[in-house]
Amino acid sequence: MNTISRIGAFIISVYQYVLGVLALFMDILYWIFIGPFKGKTARRENIFYQMVFVGLRSALIVFFVTFFTGIVLAMQSAYQLERMGATLYVASLVAVSLCRELGPVLTALVIAGRVGSAIAAELGTMKVSEQIEALELMAINPVRFLAVPRFFALFIMQPCLTVLGNISGIIGGLIVGVGSLGINKDLYIQTTFKYLELKDIYTGVVKSFVFAMIIALIGCYEGLNTKGGAEGVGKATTNSVVISFILIILADCVLTTIFYFSEM
Amino acid sequence: MSENNKEKEVIISVKNVSKSFQGRKIIDNVSLDIYSSETFVIMGCSGSGKSTLLRLMTGVIQPDEGSVIIKGKDITEISDKALDEVRRSFGMLFQYSALLDSLTVEENVSLPLKEHTKLAEDIIRIIVKMKLSLVGLRGYEAYYPSQISGGMRKRVGLARAIAMDPAIVFYDEPTSGLDPVVGGVIDKLIKDLSAKLLITSVVVTHDMQSVFNIADRVAMIHKGKVIATGETDQIKNTTNPYVQQFINGKPNGPIDLFKEDIGIKEALDL
Repeated sequence: MNTISRIGAFIISVYQYVLGVLALFMDILYWIFIGPFKGKTARRENIFYQMVFVGLRSALIVFFVTFFTGIVLAMQSAYQLERMGATLYVASLVAVSLCRELGPVLTALVIAGRVGSAIAAELGTMKVSEQIEALELMAINPVRFLAVPRFFALFIMQPCLTVLGNISGIIGGLIVGVGSLGINKDLYIQTTFKYLELKDIYTGVVKSFVFAMIIALIGCYEGLNTKGGAEGVGKATTNSVVISFILIILADCVLTTIFYFSEM
Repeated sequence: MSENNKEKEVIISVKNVSKSFQGRKIIDNVSLDIYSSETFVIMGCSGSGKSTLLRLMTGVIQPDEGSVIIKGKDITEISDKALDEVRRSFGMLFQYSALLDSLTVEENVSLPLKEHTKLAEDIIRIIVKMKLSLVGLRGYEAYYPSQISGGMRKRVGLARAIAMDPAIVFYDEPTSGLDPVVGGVIDKLIKDLSAKLLITSVVVTHDMQSVFNIADRVAMIHKGKVIATGETDQIKNTTNPYVQQFINGKPNGPIDLFKEDIGIKEALDL
């Protein structure tokens, strides 16, 4: 009985969590699409500030992660392809797997760790130190003032970072291909683009929009619902990363399935 | 004063308000009238429910029963939008200031002005300078809250609370955690604001010195109930044993902390 009631409690808490996140999502959409017509929306300077934090300041880490992934990917696939004498196809393998899958997912995981956790920690600290309450009492809606700029910034910057990740991964592969496998540079680039189709790129970019929404929503939701001092902030931060990671992989699976069966 | 009060306009009216958290009644059928441009102090032990009462008055939490009427509007029944409208007419000083960490002193004070008015940047800057000099902090515009002392943060919080020229300012423990001199400065500021700008002040505190310095009228709360209200002198000279014990800070008397938590008493008896 105890186990059953525990499972029940878990299901109810998941259900409430989903409802809470959806309510926040609706609220954010209201402030983005309807708010401006009522003369109230997020301040532009806040959005740009967040875009710099989310985008520019994350560029280096995204570059490194995907660059080295490109290198590793090239070496690992060369190891297999060498046996068939098909090392040239390292180029297309690296490009396609990065653009379709690894670029968007790795970038999203990096951003969830770097930005999602920062959002949860910052908003969580504001919540426990009464700053959110102070905003409410100044008749400033916390969702409009805090969540919307972060959501907007992630939504714009995540695809940009993903494209950056794709390019740096391909460069990583190129360095291995040219430097260690002895493929001609021009031939490598030619092979890359020969097999890389537009749909490979845009399916990846579509994924990145979804990942951006997941990271922003979970980070903001965890932050705005933090309870109980420093410990609560720690919990919110951890939860935001764990839940974002799970949802990103889950969404990736669902989206890949959709793309696969719709022959995109 | 008491004859005057009858003629004065009631600006905040708390009517039969009750609030429970997890089955525990924190506020029990409280009724209070606060008059325009007076300084009204709510005092009581920690855990008596006075901060909860303040949060009920500001609409942060909703009462289980009863109503809170501010300037003729029942804030327990109006829409969020109308509540925001009412909130623009009051300011609040938080116990720990609650300044936004990511903004400078100037940005903190100018925030409500930027959000709710269409004033030009330079005018806002001038207003901010005025408010900061009112609390004696001119020249600290560019500092972040983490770079200034607790007393200064409180004063910035006060400058922010009065940025919109509110009719009512709520103070949550304005002098707690401050040294006596800074506490005295805050008290003087509260008094000055009431006297010069005719602001209605609602102060929640347990600092007795502060109470007698600033209050026009006082209410004492114990276990979620108002046990005494009156002019400051009436409260000072009351025969109510609870109030006397509280004012004089006696450990023994009708307010018995040990009765409320048998665990502690048993632990001490061991």
